Amino acid sequence: MEQEKNPIAITLREVNKWYGEFHVLKNLNLDVSRGERIVICGPSGSGKSTMIRCINRLEEHQKGQIIVDGIELNNDIKNIDQIRREVGMVFQHFNLFPHLTVLENCCLAPMWVRKIPRKEAEATAMEYLERVKIPHQAKKFPGQLSGGQQQRVAIARSLCMKPRIMLFDEPTSALDPEMIKEVLDTMIELAESGMTMLCVTHEMGFAKTVADRVIFMDGGEIIEMNPPDEFFNHPQHERTQLFLSQILAH
Amino acid sequence: MAIIVQSPSPSLPPPANTTGLMGWMRQNLFSTVGNSLLTVVLFVGIVSLLIPLVQWAFIDADWVGTTRDDCKSGGACWVFVNVHFQQFMYGLYPEAERWRVSLVAVILVITLAALMIPKIPGKKYIGIFALFFFPIVAFYLLVGNRFGLPHVETNLWGGLMLTLVIAIVGIVAALPLGILLALGRRSKMPIVRSVCIAFIEIWRGVPLITVLFMSSVMLPLFLPEGMDFDKLLRALVGITLFQSAYMAEVIRGGLQAIPKGQYEAASALGLNYWQSMYKVILPQALKMVIPGIVNTFISLFKDTSLVLIIGLFDLLAIVQAAFSNPKWLGFAVEGYVFAALVFWIFCFSMSRYSQHLEHKLRTTH
Repeated sequence: MEQEKNPIAITLREVNKWYGEFHVLKNLNLDVSRGERIVICGPSGSGKSTMIRCINRLEEHQKGQIIVDGIELNNDIKNIDQIRREVGMVFQHFNLFPHLTVLENCCLAPMWVRKIPRKEAEATAMEYLERVKIPHQAKKFPGQLSGGQQQRVAIARSLCMKPRIMLFDEPTSALDPEMIKEVLDTMIELAESGMTMLCVTHEMGFAKTVADRVIFMDGGEIIEMNPPDEFFNHPQHERTQLFLSQILAH
Repeated sequence: MAIIVQSPSPSLPPPANTTGLMGWMRQNLFSTVGNSLLTVVLFVGIVSLLIPLVQWAFIDADWVGTTRDDCKSGGACWVFVNVHFQQFMYGLYPEAERWRVSLVAVILVITLAALMIPKIPGKKYIGIFALFFFPIVAFYLLVGNRFGLPHVETNLWGGLMLTLVIAIVGIVAALPLGILLALGRRSKMPIVRSVCIAFIEIWRGVPLITVLFMSSVMLPLFLPEGMDFDKLLRALVGITLFQSAYMAEVIRGGLQAIPKGQYEAASALGLNYWQSMYKVILPQALKMVIPGIVNTFISLFKDTSLVLIIGLFDLLAIVQAAFSNPKWLGFAVEGYVFAALVFWIFCFSMSRYSQHLEHKLRTTH
């Protein structure tokens, strides 16, 4: 269990990415410690989603190094599969599998990827569904649930793989205001349990409550990175100040 | 003006003249003067067409007898179908061996029923039997030459039995092949993709008749002397490859309709390519294109009658042969109506089952 001792969960070193001619990620450097909670914000098109999607290789970076859990991401499919097993991801649009019940959604990956027997996988799934407070919906299909419930199922589905790291890609952006809170509460509870988390979100309240560090990205660069206190009360860069004044104004 | 609702309003029943038979008729048949006129005209038209048809097919028809002289009443001569019924079903399959065909049919019907009736348990094992053991059983029963069963050459096969053999083999083989071709066409690997595109486009661009001619006339020219394989087998291979190209395009349509997020969620959970295809993408894509798949099945079923041109006697060909017999000249209409009815029953059943399946697999409200 060499990796358990490794205090660094994720390292990004000089990461660059282009979409054709367009330079989306510019020289990103970041070290995320085990158990650290990081919130990433910034205007749309700033590359924040692209950055966390590079961490489990839904997107490919073209230059630099990404090391997750001591494994470097390269074209080796074995490495990619191994990292994806350890890194959970929650999407803006939930991306639950509509043809499977909630329980089946949660059991699919543990049974097929981790080769856990059905009974055991179902028991684990029920445990996590309990934790996100929807065990009684286990037999329903995703299409029969509200957005907030679907997103909580999506969180439970990721947790069923027992990941070491969780990535959240704007998990509340597609939700009605009254459902945002139930998802944020689930995420806060998860943060308190010591999970390493990277969240792209515009929920500044959430950032203030749980984040160890807040990152502000613009134009594919990390503009500012500070603990929330510092970040919200004394933003250094003028772009950060402008961004904060815009989103905190309403 | 401020509005404050004290308690929710009760639900009221709908107005009386919008429900029930009268309501429906008023809404759908007699809503305006023009629509009422149209309804009456069409009703009269349909009835005046149906009366002579019923008269011909049922009231004036002759049902029993052995020769054409038993048909005197001027309506349909079902005696013709009656006398040739065995032949229409089995073709030239030797009479003493026809029980083998019937046995295969019985096993098939039982297996299919067991698969389709939801209450029967053990679907997995029935499915394995249907896919892997039934073909072997059917093969040895129909062909023979083993287990003390005399050999029956495939050129004696015919009638409905031949139609079903071609259609079922074609359907069962074309679907998985079509799935593989569709996946291949969307593959990131350039060589796999090019091969699949070339295969699909070549087969789709050639008429089925040409395929059948080539398989029966041209193929033997390229094969070394003395090496010859069964004409039926060649037709089966031709039809399967031809239909798999169509199937591939239907399925590709389904694959393209699956949101990118589904692929991403499957990858993010650590599922590899085949796992995510098998458990996540294909179940959704196939469900979405059930109408298209069944459409291809139905057209395959009807296209089987084209094997006539390479000298195989499917249902339609054997019916035609029967009314070309000088003893039964002049009963083409009865023959065609019978053949059409049989084809229609099979195709309509497939269509209904597909609708049932679509309904059953619906997972939203």
